[in-house]
Formats: sequence, structure tokens, C-alpha cells
Amino acid sequence: MFASFDFDVIRRSFGYLFLDGMTFTLTLTGLAALGGLIFGTLIALMRLSGFKLLGRIAGLYVDLMRSLPLVLVIFWFYFLVPYIGQWVTGSSRPIQVGAFTSSLVTFIMFEAAYFSEIMRAGIQSISKGQPAAAQALGLTYRQTMRYVVLPQAFRNMLPVLLTQTIVLFQDTSLVYVLSIPDFLGAASKVAQRDGRLVEMYLFAAAVYFIISCLASFGVRRLQARIAFVH
Amino acid sequence: MNRLPVIGLALAATLFGGLANAEDLTGTLKKVKETGVITIGYRDSSIPFSYLDDNQKPIGFAIDICSKIVEAVQKELKLDKLKVELNPVTSSTRIPLLANGTIDLECGSTTNNPDRLKQVWFTNTHFLTATRFVSKKSSKLSSIDDLKGKSVASTSGTTNIKQLTEANAARNLGINIIPAKEHAESFLMVETDRAVGAVLDDILLASFVAGSKNPDAYVISTDAFSKPEPYGIMLRKDDIEFKKVADAATAALYQSGEGQKMYDKWFMQKIPPKGLNLNTPIGPELKHEFAKPSDSPDPDSYKAM
Amino acid sequence: MNYHWNWRIFWEPAPNGTGNYLDMLLSGLVLTIETAICAWIIALAFGSVVGVMRTLPSKTASSVGFAYVEFFRNMPLLVQLFIWFFVLPELLPHGSGLWLKQIPNAPFYTAAIGIGLFMSARVAEQTRAGINSLPRGQKLAATALGLTTAQAYRYVLLPMAFRIIMPPLTSEFLSTIKNTSVAITIGLIELTGEARAMQEFSFQVFEAFTGATVLYLLINVVVVIAMRFLERALAVPGYIGGK
Repeated sequence: MFASFDFDVIRRSFGYLFLDGMTFTLTLTGLAALGGLIFGTLIALMRLSGFKLLGRIAGLYVDLMRSLPLVLVIFWFYFLVPYIGQWVTGSSRPIQVGAFTSSLVTFIMFEAAYFSEIMRAGIQSISKGQPAAAQALGLTYRQTMRYVVLPQAFRNMLPVLLTQTIVLFQDTSLVYVLSIPDFLGAASKVAQRDGRLVEMYLFAAAVYFIISCLASFGVRRLQARIAFVH
Repeated sequence: MNRLPVIGLALAATLFGGLANAEDLTGTLKKVKETGVITIGYRDSSIPFSYLDDNQKPIGFAIDICSKIVEAVQKELKLDKLKVELNPVTSSTRIPLLANGTIDLECGSTTNNPDRLKQVWFTNTHFLTATRFVSKKSSKLSSIDDLKGKSVASTSGTTNIKQLTEANAARNLGINIIPAKEHAESFLMVETDRAVGAVLDDILLASFVAGSKNPDAYVISTDAFSKPEPYGIMLRKDDIEFKKVADAATAALYQSGEGQKMYDKWFMQKIPPKGLNLNTPIGPELKHEFAKPSDSPDPDSYKAM
Repeated sequence: MNYHWNWRIFWEPAPNGTGNYLDMLLSGLVLTIETAICAWIIALAFGSVVGVMRTLPSKTASSVGFAYVEFFRNMPLLVQLFIWFFVLPELLPHGSGLWLKQIPNAPFYTAAIGIGLFMSARVAEQTRAGINSLPRGQKLAATALGLTTAQAYRYVLLPMAFRIIMPPLTSEFLSTIKNTSVAITIGLIELTGEARAMQEFSFQVFEAFTGATVLYLLINVVVVIAMRFLERALAVPGYIGGK
């Protein structure tokens, strides 16, 4: 059955696949996770703040991002980001962005909604005694958040945040719809150019599987070592 | 006879050089002068117009033409250094990416037609091609009506898929249209028997068949979905100054012997990466257009001498 | 701005002769819903079985369940669809492979099965969580009453577990609906695909995607309200379960 397959094509395109494709995927995952976490924490704080209007806006944003398919959001941002850039910087023409920047903005904005829900749960799980004690000590809201609440929330939710990052890693494959060269895109290009669909797609599946497996195994180990501090 | 184009180019350069100094720049020329960068949109697999070679670098007939336009822009704006960035586009992203400023020139196999002129502009035509379909000889399909009830692939965002859709509705063929992201994918559908036919511009079909593992297994239909339509290099709408530069550069290229040489390089000689020779001599309509460059979207306006 | 707005595009005729652009989007919507429902049925069927397997005392059942879930969770959905659509027909003997490729609605069946199996892993996890969240006494009491394991699950554990996990299952169903958009890569022209086609034919990028966005939001609202009714209808009075 496997006689007519040419697995050598994987070896020949190894450099392109990993140096170009996997680098893109991993860089996108890392930066989007970081950006999404920061932006997501901000949104969570907005929702939990006392200001009704801020809470409303944040809530609407989260609901919107969670109702839309990621593919649609990718399309939106790919065509929209230059106009947003123009509006934000007030320039006279749409800002030129590359595929990577546009993907990065897309994933940060999209994942922020999910990260914000995780951080919100994390912040709410901190006992009320913590911020109360901080206030008694004379810390401002900012200082309380920065030194007392957020570090604990982050530590408690770390396994969930990392799991969401693994999901993000897998979601980056969707930039395929715009022919953006991530790992799957690179594998696809080689597959179509050389007519080796079976070999390349099986290989890509194996790579994603191994990386995700190792990562979730790592998260499980981490989960066992982090105790839930009440 | 040989010196005329050079004199013409020199004249054009001085004239336009003067023009750039006389007024404020607008549009793409302004953008390029301010940023020092011009971005070209290239295709993955529009052989031999714009495609990736073995090192994933874009090459092709349209890319060479665009290099000439870039040279003209550099001369026009008197820039010492002009950085050329390359951005991949597909049939369905090329127009939005041109409109939103991601690319300044689209160098590929884009058909110039009145519909598109509502959104973008084209410079002088660089090729003429009609929409046909390719199928395996074993399927014994010769006319468009033979496609009735079958699965047929085409690339999203092309005039080809639009013509296929319209023909499907008009002739009531009940074809199951499979949209593909790129031309290579459309052809792959036929290669792997997922579709019985792929509808694309006939020159692209010829290059895919020639480059396939078994060229003799395929046949390109004589039946066409359209008349031979012009390809043009796209630029933004209402960008008068940039169009002037592009038109001048392409006209000079086609009218001089260089245009014919460039054509022969990609259509009559071996091309990377597999050393294919498409062996497609220049058609009489295109030869006439090279002598008298035109950016008309009307297929009927392209006649042989 | 280089962009020309035209909100009347929805009422202009579409080139595929089936009406106007709005009809195109609506036909995509119908396909989205059909695919999502078929995928969801598969997901529930396989997912609950695997979820139960993971809670059984038998070690083999537990490991098989674990392997199943890990297999489908560690690969992106897109890659899974590609394997089903492009790779599987090539691995089968030539005749069956050819038959698979030529089925008239191949993208639909592939998408339904591919998405269904992908989501089944998540349903399995939810089911497992639901069963595990029940008080231990339930299973013990069932055994004390003389019920077999199968009967204990059927009459005591599963009914309560499903009620508990209804809220997360709602969000998994919404996820299924969103995941149908990934199938545009294998040629399923559902709502997102139709929006893209509309964008390509009419050049009205933002109008097309706004239309799709509004329709997705609509689906979300309808599903959430429907599930809330269902939850209320099935609730066991006096039992405070789930969120």
C-alpha cells in the first residue's frame, strides 16, 4: 500500500517546512499568546471594574469574538487592518501591513476574548480577603491588582492558560485560508507542487500531534505541581 | 528603426521627469517617495507569468515586466534606492489587497475587464487568453455541454469561475463547481480525479499540462467559455500619475525589441524549475498589441494586423 | 479611502443565477446549520460512549477512551479534515478511493464526520466531568440496590450527568457551528464560504462579511435561547446542578 509513496519529499523540503513554516507558526503562537493574555487581562479588569459602561463594552466585545468563527475573523482582519491602521495613526492612506502582522493582530484580538474569560474566572476565584487586606494596607487599586491579585490569579489559572495556548497553536493553521505560509501552508505548498498530498499531510498531522501531545503532557505535570491557593 | 524607441524613451523620461517636479505627487508615487518601498503582489502558481521557483522566489513574465515598471518609477522619482517588497496574493485577495494598500502593483495573470475597472485600473495588456477547460483524455469530454452534471474545479476569485458559474446557470448544466484556492489546486483536482475538468485561462492550463507527470493524459478543450481576454498589471484606481509611469514603461518595453525577447524567454525557451518549454509563439493579436500597446478591457478591440 | 461602499449589493442578482446575494448567504446559512446538526449528532453519539468508557472501572476501557480523546484533541481540525478528505481516498484500494472522491456531496459528508469526530472528543471530556461530579453515593447506592453497571449508568448516573453538563454542551454546540467554517478548505460552501464568494464576485468585501457576521450572531442568539428553554424543560425540581 505504501509502495508508491515518496516519503523522501519530506526530507527534501525539511528546511523550508521548519525554517519558514514552523518558525512562522511558533512565533505567531508565542506573540499572540502574550498579546492576547495582556489584552485579555485588561478586558477582564474592565468587566470586573465598577464602571457599568466599561463592563458593558468589554462584555460585548467578548461575546462578539466568541460568536464568530475564527475563519471569518481572519478574513475580516486581513482586509481591515490597513484601514484600522490608517484610522488609528491618522495617516492619509491605509497602512501597509504584511501577512504576519495582520495574522498577529487577528489572533491577539480573537484570543484576548478567551483569555479574558479565563483571567476573569481566576480573578474572581481569589478570596475577597486579599484585596481587602491590600486596601487596609493602603495600596491603591492599581497596586492591589499588580502586586496582589493578578499574580495569584495568573498562577492559579496557568494550566488553563497554557491549554488555551495549545489550542491557539492549533488554530494558527487556519491562516491557510489566505495562503499565508505557516507550517501547514508550507506543507500544503510542497504537497501541491510535487503532487505528494498523502505524505505531506500525514507528516504535518504527526508533527502537530507530537507537539501538542508533549505540550499538554507538560501542562498536566505543571498542574500536579501547582497547588490551588485559597 | 532601432533607435526610435530609445529616443522615445529619453523624450518620455525628460517630459515626465519635468512633470514630477512641477506638481505635488499623489497616490502611489507619493507613497513610494515617502516610504522608499514599493510592494509587488506575486502569484504562487500562474506559470509562466508569476510563480515560485524551487527556492520559493517569485519569477515570471509579469514579474519581469513589473521590474521594468519599478525601474521607471525609480528613475521618475529620482530615488537612489528603491526597496522592492514582495507580497503573495491569490486570485481572491489581489483586489482587496491592492485597494487597502498592502500591494502597489499586482503582477500576475489578472484579466482586464469592465467589471474590475470599477475597482482597479490596468496598465497595457501583456497577454491575451480565453477560458477553456482541461480534462483527462479518458473522460472523453469535448464541449462545455459534456460537463453536464459533473464536478468541475476552478479557482476562486477568477473571471474563469464567474464565467463557469454563469454558463452553468444559463445552460442549465447542473455542474457541481468546486472552488480551489490557487490554480495549482484546481489542476490537482483533475489530476486526482476529484473533478473531471478544471476551468482556467488556456495558457495556464497549457503550462500545468506540460508540467504534469503525464502530459499526454490530458486534453484542453477547443470549446471556450469566452473570447480571448486581455491580461493587465493592476494598480489602484484613480492613480493617474502612477498609471502614466506604468503605461510609459510598458509601452516602451513592448515597442522595443526587448518585449519580444522577454516573451520568448518565458514562452519559447526552457523555464525554471523543471526546464519546461511551453513552445507558444506570440499570437498575431498580441504582436499587434505590442506594436500599439493598449489597456482596453474589450476583447474585440484586439485584432491582428 | 479607496473603498466604494454599496449596501444595496445584497439585493443585486448573483452570478450563479439563484437569486440575489442575500439568497447566496442564506443558502450558505442553511448548509452551515445542516452540517452542524449532523456533526453534533455524531459528536454526541461517539462522545457520550467514550466519556462513559473513561469513567468505567475497567482499565482497558479507560485507556482506549484516553487514547481516543488525545488523538482527536491534539491535531488541528483543519489537518483532520485534510486527512479525511485528501489522504483517506488515496490509502484505500483504487476502486473504493475513486468512489469516495466522486460522491456528489463529498465535502458535506467529510465535514460532518470530520467535525463530528473532532467534537466528540470534547463531548467525551464533558461527559466524563459530568459523571465525575456526581456524588460518589449515587453509584454506590445503585450497586446496593442490585443494579448492574449498565443499569446504574442508564437510570441513575447519565440522566443527572447530562443535565449538569447542558451549559457546557451548549457552548460545544456553538463551537460545532463555528467549526463548520473550517470546511471551506475542502470545498464546503457554507455561510463563510458564500460570504467569500460574494466578496469575490461583487468586490464588496465589508458588506459581504458584515452580512455573514450578522447571520452568525443570529444563530448564536437562537441557539442560546433554545438551549435555555431545553434546560428549563428538563430540569429536575429541587436539584441544584451545574452552573
